[in-house]
Amino acid sequence: MKNLILFITILALGCTCAAVADEFTKEDLKKWQAEYMAAVKEGEKLFHSSSLGKNKVSCDMCHPNGSNTHPETYPKFQKQIGKVVGLRDMINWCIQNPLEGDILKADDPRMIALEAYITHERRGTPLAPGKH
Amino acid sequence: MKKNINRRRFLKGSLAAAAAASLPLGLVEVSWGKQDHRNFTFAYISDSHLTHIRGSEFVRNFDKGLKKAVMECNFMSIKPDFVVFGGDLAQLGKREEIDHGLEIMSRLRYPVKWVVGEHDFYLDMGEYWEKKVSPLYYSFDHKGVHFVVLNSILTYDEWINKWASPEERMQNMARLDNPNGSPFMVKKEQIEWLKKDLSRISKKTPVVVMSHSPLYKIFKPWNFWTEDAEEVQAILAPFEKVNVLHGHVHQILYNQIGNISFQAMMSTAWPWPYPVSYKQKPNEVPKLTVFMNRADPFKERDATGWSILNLEDGRVTNHLKLWENKDRILRYDEAKGHLVDTEYQEPSKRIPPQEHY
Repeated sequence: MKNLILFITILALGCTCAAVADEFTKEDLKKWQAEYMAAVKEGEKLFHSSSLGKNKVSCDMCHPNGSNTHPETYPKFQKQIGKVVGLRDMINWCIQNPLEGDILKADDPRMIALEAYITHERRGTPLAPGKH
Repeated sequence: MKKNINRRRFLKGSLAAAAAASLPLGLVEVSWGKQDHRNFTFAYISDSHLTHIRGSEFVRNFDKGLKKAVMECNFMSIKPDFVVFGGDLAQLGKREEIDHGLEIMSRLRYPVKWVVGEHDFYLDMGEYWEKKVSPLYYSFDHKGVHFVVLNSILTYDEWINKWASPEERMQNMARLDNPNGSPFMVKKEQIEWLKKDLSRISKKTPVVVMSHSPLYKIFKPWNFWTEDAEEVQAILAPFEKVNVLHGHVHQILYNQIGNISFQAMMSTAWPWPYPVSYKQKPNEVPKLTVFMNRADPFKERDATGWSILNLEDGRVTNHLKLWENKDRILRYDEAKGHLVDTEYQEPSKRIPPQEHY
């Protein structure tokens, strides 16, 4: 019986702890926003540098403020690739072709940063997957 | 199949152009009504942005654009009297880039009139350009038309002097969406010169002003903007027929302010989005403009090209030679009092790729 009470007490404590862990504070939000904005900033830097390619060309030369990239329309069918692709596939296409560089892996922090910047500049636009 | 469609489209476009102009493809005629038959043709190439990589290497894609325009100009069936280069021959104002551009342009079989762009200028403040290429501003008369070339890409002295090196200044001016950028200006010296220059001619003389930046205000964050544009417009206002031709924006763009018709020239290097497609800031893109087709990134010459210009009774008709799209023609409509696209101006005639968002 004693053991059972102890078990229930531990369980109850555990539940309380779990409930606390699920909550987050204003400080947490600030921290996460700062992490996100750091990725956006890094993306902005990459987007405006010639380090992704090999011919001095940079993304912003065709896409000032990331415009005309339409991140909200992906995934979508790209007739030139012949299938439905994601934004990162088009980022890699641009790195390979106009920039004459090497493609980035999907989990490359530079790819995440580029996606963060491009999407951030488009914030507030409703999702429109598949749109042309 | 693809080739056939392109060919058919090309022919269709060519026929439309020829029919509208009542002239064979490649012919531009400048006419001043029935009394004056001193007709002439000229062509406009702009914004080649030749980019030096290292040694003798340049960005292949941008070289190809300028070479193609030069070749096509040389093939014009009736020779143009001259060709205008609308600025931004270079990307970072380097001597290598300007020399490379001059070499490609030297293959043109016609005289060239040069307009300076900010990419040619901000490394050495136009020193090499003035020495090797052209004066920065000047005027000339040609068969009854008064042409004025302005250097419209000047800016505030404080901005010019704030950088640690000429390279840093050039890099900061070259970035279109630079939050630390500075607006273009014609400035007092040229405004005074312009007043004096135009005081010599009759208000009936057709005037063609050529600048790199648009001489009106569209979108400051990308410098689709000239800070003292209104002062220049006020000087041009008393003239009956005024045409302003500009580069810089890498897109089809036209507007009418009073008696002044404004038209942008295409880039041979790459297209720019319309400011309407950047949602974070308001813009003043002219409602009159029927947008060019959204560029297909898989075709590197798409949304680039050059122009054949036809002045009819002192108004410029612009035959836009678009390499991956049907040609477009912009013509002044006397009844409407502004430029119209001869095919797409009516909203019901527009096609899906012309929607920019």
